[in-house]
Amino acid sequence: MRFLFKTHYDQDVRLFRHGGQVFWYGLLLAALFVAPWLLPDYYVSQLVFIWIYAIAAIGLMILVGFTGQVSLGHAAFLAMGAYTEAYLHQHGWPFALSLTFSALVAGITGIIVGLPALRVKGMYLAIATLAFGFIVEEGVARAESITGGNAGKAIGSLEVFGLPIDSEQRFYYLSLFVLVLVVIGVMNLLRSPTGRAFVAIRDSEISAQSMGINLARYKTIAFALSAAVAGIAGALYAHKLRYLSPDQFTFLQSIELLIILVIGGVGSIYGAIFGAAFWIAVQQFIVLAKDWLPPAIAQQTGLQPTVFGLILVAFVLFEPMGLYGRWLKIRTFFQLFPFYRKGLFRRQKSYMKSERLK
Amino acid sequence: MLQFLQLIASGIAQGCIYGLIALGFVLIYKATETINFAQGDLMMLGGFLGLTGTLALGLPFWAAFAAALVAMLFFGMALERAVLRPLLGQPAFTVVMVTIGIGYLARGLVTMIPEWGTDTHVLPVPYKDDIVSIGGTDGLILSMEHIVIIAVTALLIVGLYLLFKHTKIGIAMQATSQNQLAAFYMGIPVRRINMLVWGLSAAISACAGLLLAPITFVHANMGFIGLKAFPAAVVGGFGSIPGALVGGLIIGVVETLAGFYLPEGFKDIAAYIVVLVMLAVKPNGLFGENLRKKV
Amino acid sequence: MTPLLTASHLSVQFGGLKAVNDVSFEVWPNEVFSLIGPNGAGKTTIFNLISGLYRPTAGLVTFEGEKISHLAPYEIARLGIARTFQNIELFEHATVMQNLLVGRHCHRHTNWFQDLLFTPKVRATELQFRRTVEEVIEFLELQHYRDSMVAGLPYGVRKVVEVGRALAMRPKLLLLDEPSSGLNVDETEDMGFWIEDIKHDLGITVIMVEHDMGLVSRVSDRVFALNQGEELALGTAAEVQSHPAVIEAYLGGADEDDVPAGAGAAA
Ligand SMILES: Nc1ncnc2c1ncn2[C@@H]1O[C@H](COP(=O)(O)OP(=O)(O)OP(=O)(O)O)[C@@H](O)[C@H]1O
Ligand SMILES: [Mg+2]
Repeated sequence: MRFLFKTHYDQDVRLFRHGGQVFWYGLLLAALFVAPWLLPDYYVSQLVFIWIYAIAAIGLMILVGFTGQVSLGHAAFLAMGAYTEAYLHQHGWPFALSLTFSALVAGITGIIVGLPALRVKGMYLAIATLAFGFIVEEGVARAESITGGNAGKAIGSLEVFGLPIDSEQRFYYLSLFVLVLVVIGVMNLLRSPTGRAFVAIRDSEISAQSMGINLARYKTIAFALSAAVAGIAGALYAHKLRYLSPDQFTFLQSIELLIILVIGGVGSIYGAIFGAAFWIAVQQFIVLAKDWLPPAIAQQTGLQPTVFGLILVAFVLFEPMGLYGRWLKIRTFFQLFPFYRKGLFRRQKSYMKSERLK
Repeated sequence: MLQFLQLIASGIAQGCIYGLIALGFVLIYKATETINFAQGDLMMLGGFLGLTGTLALGLPFWAAFAAALVAMLFFGMALERAVLRPLLGQPAFTVVMVTIGIGYLARGLVTMIPEWGTDTHVLPVPYKDDIVSIGGTDGLILSMEHIVIIAVTALLIVGLYLLFKHTKIGIAMQATSQNQLAAFYMGIPVRRINMLVWGLSAAISACAGLLLAPITFVHANMGFIGLKAFPAAVVGGFGSIPGALVGGLIIGVVETLAGFYLPEGFKDIAAYIVVLVMLAVKPNGLFGENLRKKV
Repeated sequence: MTPLLTASHLSVQFGGLKAVNDVSFEVWPNEVFSLIGPNGAGKTTIFNLISGLYRPTAGLVTFEGEKISHLAPYEIARLGIARTFQNIELFEHATVMQNLLVGRHCHRHTNWFQDLLFTPKVRATELQFRRTVEEVIEFLELQHYRDSMVAGLPYGVRKVVEVGRALAMRPKLLLLDEPSSGLNVDETEDMGFWIEDIKHDLGITVIMVEHDMGLVSRVSDRVFALNQGEELALGTAAEVQSHPAVIEAYLGGADEDDVPAGAGAAA
């Protein structure tokens, strides 16, 4: 067990609570740094997908996990980021600039999509974002001069500050770097008034406003930031795939992002990253499993949705805190060993918070 | 003018389908304050059951229709018992995610069932291709499929009305949806009522699926049409049963008109534009009540 | 001396129900002003009107001489009005510390972009916030729970945390909605001491809704009784308790528990 003696308020404010954390995160980063040299290209490429999905999931987490607003249309922000990047790249903008601009465009879209959130919540908001998602999807397919429409749009090779990103390894470092920046940014938010205002809105709008939090302002900020981060993921996605078409940004993609959050654990950055890793791994696993499953099942296109559905239902029913919750349990088990009690993490009996007037 | 009426008529028929699915949402929403994202997929299962009833078992169409409804009633109840009840009292988001999972499962598993699979099927109906013309040969022409949709929807509404107004179960359902806790204290078996609501909602969706089948065929992804029933429910005011139908009709008619008069592409998003306008103008929908949390 | 807060001819109607009907009162700086009345009298509604959650259908509220009844809740909070809620509205999935820090929100002077970069200014404000919050923690003896999740705390502690969150705002006016409901005798005793200290040591004006007449008599300077949205009596605790209209209102409501201590004897 570790006891922390706090001698200065600064210890509460720091990114890392104690030396041990610095050590472990340092080790993790070092491992991630050497990984692309040790792994075959194919796996490096899958890791890149994990980083990109993790960025997108963190974006959604800002909204769903921290601010408590739902979005069923997050793929729209991915699309805005991806197509803006593709367009600007085509017109010769340097990557740093075009990436920033992609985030900005997605963020502005986020503000527009967030407008209904100022008036409605819960299911109504979910459906408003769903509606926006479909409208953007259709808009992307129709704006042929910019997006190439349903025929799709190819993206040329990438160069960052004069360095050509022409191998999986280089793109790996680029996306990992962006992910780390995003994680640090979001952690900064969470330890400062803005992030606390998000959490306050999530847990009780009524007392948030009575504490001086301008709900409209912070919901708008949450939507903008969430969309901007998703837009960054979209921009990277565009370069990763090198080919964009509207059917990559559908309603199902938005739902997938939500599933990633649930699997990883809603309400933490770790959750978003764990969820993304799991999600990519499962898809690889399904591909591998096809070889040894009976053909009647393996040949079906329905295999993937079946597995997704099973995983989602199983997580909600049996591990509602997601992978991150599982990790916390394991860690606590070792920290408290041999004093771990089974009921320590029992699901709190939470009665449905009704929005209705009783 | 005639053409316009023609469009309205087919819009209404399409709207009935949306209305029925929206009705399924609303029943569950009223009872449990959550949305069932698998509603469209329940509709799809209904379609497939009808297919099996007529083709594999050789039942006459209307018998297969009734059998599919009953089967889905029990399926909905079983679903509630097995998956939803353990989540009673959890936040709405959790329940929504589980219904999304059920939707994935339904779409996936259906493709693995022999005879169902990934193919597109035609549900043979006795009234296929029949038409009725009103006002002579160059008058309004209605296809029998549309008439059946409208008629069955009307019958169903009357049935539901009688159920809610005049039967003990219906009244208990109403009481539960207004105040679950009070209903519980009054000795209403709230859990069993919830189970029935799920069953009823599944059966209504199945009905929508069977009515839609002659027009769009039966296939694993036909449930995605359910996504357009969300706007219908919101336009009507989530939580209002007549609202769901009226919302459905509005969406159906607007969509059909948009498909005809507006450039390509608008048909698919008309429903979503309508719902956004509605949320901006009147967030509680046409028939919704203004509910606020009290502190 | 000018009153800190005035309510003049305040009314609010929900459908046909007049929840508050032509109520007027003044609250002076540094007093404890209690609102009492049977269930459904409109006490919480008055709080909601003051803090901007409801709009009055007639009448107005002023704070330090300025009209506030048209402002949004967050603007009213920034003027220095803090409150607690009858049914505890804490941020459940955050720690006690984080809850109290939200109380400092109105005193921030950085924006989201600075927060994103965690600039030195943000760090400095954070440290300063923590100092204030630690003072509140010490004041309410919450040291033990500093880093606990609110969701897991016992009811009595949550009640105190909510007061703490309001105090962290360093408000000029504090609205306490039934601070002692659900507390045991000891905890109520503590709450009484704190309210006195809040008035004397922190110099904060308090408006309190309370059913426990013992606590009301102990800490209130003046008591305002209302029933069915209308004023019944205003005066010291003893005066109000022996006022015939008050006794009538409490005895009229069949609920025995609501009879204020002493009212029965006077009748
Ligand atoms: N938002 C609202 N909509 C409709 N009626 C309301 C609303 N808020 C309060 N009321 C009604 O106004 C009346 C006064 O309620 P209020 O909550 O102010 O009572 P109270 O004096 O605080 O009672 P208690 O001691 O039970 O807390 C009640 O009849 C209540 O039902
Ligand atoms: Mg009250």
